[in-house]
Amino acid sequence: METVHLKINNIPVEVPKGYTILQAAKAANIEIPTLCYLKDINCIGACRVCMVEAKNRRGLLAACVYPAEEGLEVFTNTPDVIKSRKTTVELLLSTHKKKCLSCVRNNNCELQKLALELGVDEDRFTGEEPRFEIDDLSPYIVRDNNKCVNCMRCVAACKNVQGISVIGAIRRGFDAHVGSAFDLSLNNAPCVGCGQCVVSCPVGALTEKSNEDKVWEAISDPDKQVLFFTAPSIKATLGESFDMPIGTNVEGKMAAAIKRLGSNVKAFNMDFTADLTIMEEANELVERIKNGGTLPMFTSCCPGWVKFVEHYYPEFIPNLSTCKSPQAMFGAVLKGYYCQKNNIDPENVFVVSVIPCTAKKFEVTRPQLRSNENYDDVDVALTTRELARMIKRAAIDFTKLEDEDYDAPFNKATGGGAIFGATGGVLEAALRTAARTLDGDFKKVDFEEVRGPEQIREVTYEVAGVKINVAVTSGLANARKLLEKIKKGEANYQMVEIMACPGGCINGGGQPIRSDSVSNYVDYKALRSKALYDYDKNCEFRCSDESPVIKMVYDEFFEAPGKEKAHHYLHTSYVPRGKYYET
Amino acid sequence: MADNTLTTFKGTQEQQDKLLEVIAKNKDLPGALLPVLHEAQEIYGYLPIEVQQMVADGLGISLSEVYGVATFYSRFSLTPKGKHKISVCLGTACYVKGSDKVLEEVEKMLGIKSGECTPDGLFSIDSCRCVGACGLAPVMMIDEEVYGKLTPAEVHKILADYMAKEGGSI
Repeated sequence: METVHLKINNIPVEVPKGYTILQAAKAANIEIPTLCYLKDINCIGACRVCMVEAKNRRGLLAACVYPAEEGLEVFTNTPDVIKSRKTTVELLLSTHKKKCLSCVRNNNCELQKLALELGVDEDRFTGEEPRFEIDDLSPYIVRDNNKCVNCMRCVAACKNVQGISVIGAIRRGFDAHVGSAFDLSLNNAPCVGCGQCVVSCPVGALTEKSNEDKVWEAISDPDKQVLFFTAPSIKATLGESFDMPIGTNVEGKMAAAIKRLGSNVKAFNMDFTADLTIMEEANELVERIKNGGTLPMFTSCCPGWVKFVEHYYPEFIPNLSTCKSPQAMFGAVLKGYYCQKNNIDPENVFVVSVIPCTAKKFEVTRPQLRSNENYDDVDVALTTRELARMIKRAAIDFTKLEDEDYDAPFNKATGGGAIFGATGGVLEAALRTAARTLDGDFKKVDFEEVRGPEQIREVTYEVAGVKINVAVTSGLANARKLLEKIKKGEANYQMVEIMACPGGCINGGGQPIRSDSVSNYVDYKALRSKALYDYDKNCEFRCSDESPVIKMVYDEFFEAPGKEKAHHYLHTSYVPRGKYYET
Repeated sequence: MADNTLTTFKGTQEQQDKLLEVIAKNKDLPGALLPVLHEAQEIYGYLPIEVQQMVADGLGISLSEVYGVATFYSRFSLTPKGKHKISVCLGTACYVKGSDKVLEEVEKMLGIKSGECTPDGLFSIDSCRCVGACGLAPVMMIDEEVYGKLTPAEVHKILADYMAKEGGSI
């Protein structure tokens, strides 16, 4: 490998050719602060925070884009450099809505961190401030451009990661801002709600639409039973909100914490409805193959992906599995089966899902998901971040909690359900159950070929003489590539798993937001996924069909996968949506 | 949020054919968006959402990218222009000679602001920066005609003539 030699703060460094100054400095353990830079997503040298000085170079250089050159002598912290960074941040603050105390990103804000480190005077530049209307019309994301620093990280995430570009830079100069075409609300734009923009935002300009207050209100109502359930990936990420190491499994503490939010609160395990999804989806796949149904069948658990198909590839709607997502299935199980079994009026039940996702906040409002036309099956969807805030508000000392089990009867699930949270997990869980259905002696449980991190994984399995071609990807830009391949007839799959967020739910738009110092240098997706696969390995049951809870709900209520009752409660339909604004 | 930009659009088949031809010609060139938008504005006189959608579809890019470029350059207009395009120079020379008063008079007479078009579609007002006739400051242009050394009273007279020609009155 060709290398270059340079000096950074007088320390000799040798790095591969093509490295930027920022990368070279990191290799020498020298920190250079950044703001607009986001590894693999946004590298445009726009914010001018990462400026450095170099011998025989005019002016200052943007370290995130300037290449490390042979013989270059770089200085990262001279008085001139620091003065420049400080002025840059002070200029950003001159138009920033400085409502830091009540901002959800307080203490988790890149601008705040820089301001503190650089010792800025936040009021050094005063004058006219742009005032933008807050867009809070969508059920999932709120944009407050008065806090935006125009770093373009959200724009890059939407374009480069998701291949959608539903937001972009609008106008110029003082009026420049980020928004949808014709300044339409996100609610009317063809946004899929994945929230990758939110987890890319360094400040509080993008946040989820919070539902915490609705949940507190339900908890304070003595007539209500508040039923929480937590998605598979939450156990692997919630700990980060309490400064625990990335990839710590906090399932037991999470169940304990939720139960302590109120005496009328129960905590259930959504891995159970992931298992239920597998039962229905595996059955649907077999039916489609047997009866010449539309193939390949696409997974339908990811609401961002589903909305993407509805907006951009409506011709593939027949390929989407009709199975509801695990979140929606749990809503139907609770307001259908659970209420009936325990003789409770569904009106007195308040169902709260805890999900890693902003798109799920849209999903709960889909009329097609109602198993009873009078109410939504899931009342409120909370992101991991919102649950963390609720636990903090209730002053629960999370890290010191003793592990507790989830509440019966939805406390048991399988490893197959747990790995739903990582890309490839749904397909692997489906393969486990499908293989056992087709061949009772099938022993393979680990289908490692479909796990990450390659962008598109294509594998052919042979079970009981049947060949099954599968494909997996995550990130909608990759999904687009896969769909185009299918459209051109270049691929012949039976089943395809797609998650809108790169890496799957463990990197969802509702997950704890990592600081730049983590997301730019640590493979947090791998650490979070590992927590789920380790959990799976230690599960008593690893195939969804082995779960005792699954057996119970079919015996007592749904009869068998694909049967009429199961179909009514656990399956849904989709609607084509406009590629432009919705009318 | 602003939904008022969704005006009623009246494009002809002929205009559309022309635009599609322009798109086809530029489609595979790098940086095709800018020349296509220029020609689209020539064809339609402005860039309404319908035209921008055609451009987005034709070039295989998102509407927000098209909109970003269309709003970045002041040369592009998102609102229709009038039959008579009035452009008041606010460049340095004209400005010190009182062109702000000229603009004020035009706005007052037509009852619209700079950047807008009269409801009957006859007049639109814009401001510009220097038409290269500083010796005649303050200057305004109506269509391709340059009017110099203006006073509000003269502006009144010139516009009254245009209105009379169009069969209207003040």
